[in-house]
Amino acid sequence: MRKIIEFHNIVKEFDGQLILRGINLDIYENEFVTLLGPSGCGKTTLLRILGGFLEQTQGEVYFDGIEISKVPAYKREINTVFQKYALFPHMDVYDNIAFGLKIKKQSKDIIRQKVEKMLKLVGLEGYDHRPITTLSGGQQQRVAIARALVNEPMVLLLDEPLGALDLKLRKEMQIELKKIQKEVGITFIYVTHDQEEALTMSDKIVVMNDGEIQQIGSPTDVYNEPENEFVAKFIGESNIIPGVMLDDYRVVFHDKEFECVDYGFDDNEEVDIVIRPEDLDIVTTDIGKLHGVVKSITFKGVHYEIEVETDLMTFKVHTTDNSEIGKEVGLHFFPEDIHVMSKMRAY
Amino acid sequence: MVKWRGKLLSGSYLGLILLFFYLPIIIMIVFSFNSSRSLTIWNGFSLEWYEKLFHSEDMMQAVINTFSIAILATAISTVVGTLTAVGLSKSKRILRECVLALNDLPMLNPDIVTAIGLMLFFTSLRIEKGYVTMLLAHIAFCIPYVILSVLPKLRTLDPNLAEAAMDLGATPWQALMKVIIPQIIPAVISGALIAFTMSLDDFVISYFVTGNGVSNISILVYTMSKRINPTINALSTILVVMITVVLILINVVPLLRKKEGVAK
Repeated sequence: MRKIIEFHNIVKEFDGQLILRGINLDIYENEFVTLLGPSGCGKTTLLRILGGFLEQTQGEVYFDGIEISKVPAYKREINTVFQKYALFPHMDVYDNIAFGLKIKKQSKDIIRQKVEKMLKLVGLEGYDHRPITTLSGGQQQRVAIARALVNEPMVLLLDEPLGALDLKLRKEMQIELKKIQKEVGITFIYVTHDQEEALTMSDKIVVMNDGEIQQIGSPTDVYNEPENEFVAKFIGESNIIPGVMLDDYRVVFHDKEFECVDYGFDDNEEVDIVIRPEDLDIVTTDIGKLHGVVKSITFKGVHYEIEVETDLMTFKVHTTDNSEIGKEVGLHFFPEDIHVMSKMRAY
Repeated sequence: MVKWRGKLLSGSYLGLILLFFYLPIIIMIVFSFNSSRSLTIWNGFSLEWYEKLFHSEDMMQAVINTFSIAILATAISTVVGTLTAVGLSKSKRILRECVLALNDLPMLNPDIVTAIGLMLFFTSLRIEKGYVTMLLAHIAFCIPYVILSVLPKLRTLDPNLAEAAMDLGATPWQALMKVIIPQIIPAVISGALIAFTMSLDDFVISYFVTGNGVSNISILVYTMSKRINPTINALSTILVVMITVVLILINVVPLLRKKEGVAK
């Protein structure tokens, strides 16, 4: 796969505040990459630097091997789907989509063909001459995507494009966006704070916090092998327990020694242990590896969220089997459910 | 009964206000057709004063000056004011607030202060006063009104609109002309209309910055008002008629257009 975008040590300072603290990131052809992080983590800033709407304080951006920091936005082969769509309200659907092609002075026939093709791709055939203001949020979203894609960019940037849609529509659009990305076969760079959205759509997730990249990996990597406490907490729910790595495959936490699948840490290194709530099972006290009392039960639809209080801490358990408050139970998990992470360095 | 009385009361209240507004204008129009010089006694119908008006070179020159300055000042101040507003909307907050505060000053200032300021300015730079100084002054006092009219509209726009246009390959100039201006055109037009009326009926500032016998309608009327001269009535009547026609056009044309749109 060809490298299409390289960020080299990008630093962005804004009014004396560091928004990006040296970002290094490579993005390849045909990838669906998600920049994931809480608001204010710098993900949108990074996207705007790539789009040409902001200039970095330090560092270089390479696009297809060429440094583009001084190239204005309108000369970059990148198109953007904006957070609030930024459709042109004085034009109808057709003219919105045709805008980029008209600027490039393409012939009317070609424009018509391309716009029709795009309308079909996003499922808005026959909407050509609808005024923008009469469209629903989901339809406006589709027009915004079509307007960007019709220019056949090498990279499409999407800045939290589904944020304004309701839950059901958002889920539909997630699947559709992924389908569109496969169909047009270009790189999508997607910014979101919604971890589920990131896990559903991405080939690669870049987890960011406080202007720094925390982890880069596939959705399964990021979920199953979080590199630090921030990633573990941000992506999915987790029980985080302080522990000590005795040597390879042996770890102590909760005052007990357990067998695990992790290795490569220093002997007696202090670590954090992550156990996902869905990996914990409530069993009888005689076979449980840890013992506790059921403190609360919340019905979540697909599963119950049960809090089990041991003598040291409270564990969160996701299970489809109900239990009773106050009941003494055991907690069971397998060695591969134990994820060991290095302690996050203190800021 | 009560309802009926209330209606009568509100109706007569409205009638009185309208009478107060329009009676002076109606009297002026009626006496512009008077055959004698009197402004109080009706002597019969004649077009004498209109004839005098069109034969008076001074008057015709003043009319030409007034309208040419109003049109030029409106055009220039609209372009400058709109561009300034667009620039300000993208500026840092502190700069925008400062410029806006400065922008409000000439509007809040009494005209006489602005007038004397401009007069001293032109005199100290030894610029010969006349048509050009009057035009410059009009442009200067019109710009704040255009900015004040356009800026609030710009603030309601999606902040990414210009970026979206540039993202699609438009140069900053194309983004302005094809996307931003079409969005704010109603505010630009209302700014231009305010500028036009401000320029058209300005007396104080014009009086202080003109020279070499260049006058507009207000100055001419002021200098003539010492003696009774019903040509002023005739001139004013023509202005009233023109403004009425323009107002009717402005209000009726969009209605017709809407009807046409519905029929389509």
